[in-house]
Amino acid sequence: MEVLYDFFVQPFLDIADSPIFFAEVIVGGLTTGVMYSLVALGFVLIFKASGVFNFSQGVLALFAALTLVGIMDWGVPAFPALLMTAAVMIVLAFIIERLVLRPLVNQEAIILFMSTIGLAYFLEGLGDIMWGSNVKKLDVGIPEQPFFIGEMLLNKFDMVSAATAGILVAVLAVFFHRTRIGRALRAVADDHQGALAVGIPLQQIWVIVWSVAGIVALVAGVMWGTKSGVQFSLSLIALKALPVLILGGFTSVPGAIVGGLIIGVGEKVAEIYWGPVLGGAIENWFAYMLAMIFLLFRPQGLFGEEIIERV
Amino acid sequence: MFYRETGQFKTSYEADQAVFPILQDKVFIIAALGVAYLVIPFIADDYWFKVILIPFLVYALAALGLNILTGYAGQLSLGHGGFMAVGAYASYKLATSFPEMNIIAVFLVSGLFAAAVGIVFGIPSLRIKGFYLAVATLAAQFFLVWLFNKVGWFYNYNPSGTIDAPPRALFGILITGAEAKPEVKYLTALTMLIVFGVMTKNMVRGAIGRSWMAIRDMDIAAEIIGIRPLTAKLSAFAISSYVAGVAGAELFMLHFGSVETLAFDINLSFLILFMVIIGGLGSVLGSILGAGFMVLLPIMLTNLFVGGFGIMAVTAKHIEFMVFGALIIFFLIVEPHGLARLWQIAKEKLRLWPFPH
Repeated sequence: MEVLYDFFVQPFLDIADSPIFFAEVIVGGLTTGVMYSLVALGFVLIFKASGVFNFSQGVLALFAALTLVGIMDWGVPAFPALLMTAAVMIVLAFIIERLVLRPLVNQEAIILFMSTIGLAYFLEGLGDIMWGSNVKKLDVGIPEQPFFIGEMLLNKFDMVSAATAGILVAVLAVFFHRTRIGRALRAVADDHQGALAVGIPLQQIWVIVWSVAGIVALVAGVMWGTKSGVQFSLSLIALKALPVLILGGFTSVPGAIVGGLIIGVGEKVAEIYWGPVLGGAIENWFAYMLAMIFLLFRPQGLFGEEIIERV
Repeated sequence: MFYRETGQFKTSYEADQAVFPILQDKVFIIAALGVAYLVIPFIADDYWFKVILIPFLVYALAALGLNILTGYAGQLSLGHGGFMAVGAYASYKLATSFPEMNIIAVFLVSGLFAAAVGIVFGIPSLRIKGFYLAVATLAAQFFLVWLFNKVGWFYNYNPSGTIDAPPRALFGILITGAEAKPEVKYLTALTMLIVFGVMTKNMVRGAIGRSWMAIRDMDIAAEIIGIRPLTAKLSAFAISSYVAGVAGAELFMLHFGSVETLAFDINLSFLILFMVIIGGLGSVLGSILGAGFMVLLPIMLTNLFVGGFGIMAVTAKHIEFMVFGALIIFFLIVEPHGLARLWQIAKEKLRLWPFPH
């Protein structure tokens, strides 16, 4: 009985007791969720355009952050360093398309998936060799002072990262819907062969998509790196992005954002209010369980296109 | 010239249905088994047993388990590290709670627990497939590892959080525990692998294996010709995680001897998946070749970089990562069907050799 009480009654009493703390937990969850969203966004872009389930997205973020720190260590100011890192990510996209994707055209999805895991190993080793594997501090000049709204304690950095994610999504939306390349990208996502038939160069599109995903990874890497240092664990957030994708749908950009926020908030709230009953550290698996249960009821995710199978 | 079936006539259905229908194959496999049983135990030293042979056999069994699910039934799983953990912890609890229990029975029964857990986490496969399923199996991976870490009952409230293989003997010979001879561990693992290999080979040739492959190739069509997706998918999950559970128990009892949950984390799941893909999806031989490749590769790379070029161990570790990743991509590009396919091609070539046509 006591367990049931602890599980079903006590957490809600706690919430009612101090709504301000609850609000802080929610905001904390939202800001973590933004990070998940940023990684998930890269996944969605690549999955939409090439059907590749890109496991290396998290390592791409790590690699971008490592490169940025490395370039800034040479004494380059933050802004040019960001541009240089973006250039590196675009070159990387070219190399990936040429050496990994092109030879694997027409292979089964699982083979492409495995090749991105291989890519993840490769990039991790490369980043560590080039820039060293110790934890690094990344400071691109984003303010970090805490401030209060009413009685709530907030952090400026979290606001900046949320705003950045918002701007990024808006830019991507404009890019996808208002530009020539964006239209081509959507055509490729819709139907590879159809796109080829009307003369869209598939390989060029893949380079663009991987470049965009690389730049999204850079943004994610900067945000996450500033928050908790540039280190290997950065690549593990890639795994957290998977339940986000399930929740939001593999093919939906808004889904990635909303899914990230739901997972971020759900995880934090569960950890703080239900974690003690279950023994703590439930953050590790809560997101996956949530995604799994969700899958049973809505396999295509919140915003995904309905899965229709034809024989 | 030597490898061809000319002149070998089948006069009964049994001969036609044999696992190795060609005489040369039979001779080869018997010779290989003879070497494995009668030669290797006498010539290999401790290093070979502990670093290469035992892990190879144990991982081969684990890869065989995953191959049943991913290769034959077409269901992607990233949770096999978790299922192996179930096997390992079940074997620990069984061996310590019932000290009189036969150690082989401990292995086989702990597989049953893994199978039960596998069925539970296989239920989503009835609704979803592909990468969606992979994420659902990730839930199993993270949840199980967390569970074994948090609940003290599983590791008998050992303050260090590790589980240690208790010494258990069969016919008066120690099989597990620190004092057991590596030769004995090797032979146990070898026998288990052969038993499960033969079992799997026969299962995938039979009705159940054909229903798995039908589901893999096209689930809707399979349903229409009268295969129940529920039984086919869940039986694949059950048998696959049973084998994985036994492999997990072996990994703990025969290879590591003392483990914590960290040994069964997501990297183990990926390692096993790599073995299956590099070896060849849907091939018993492939699982074994893949395991051999993935066990040997890091050892060879380390020897090459640290021993051969004298590079610092830390840097060598990073280079190893890079080469490892690059080799995986290279293999996928050159031969996406894995080592088993290469073996097949070699056999085809051998039939014609030394003539061009």
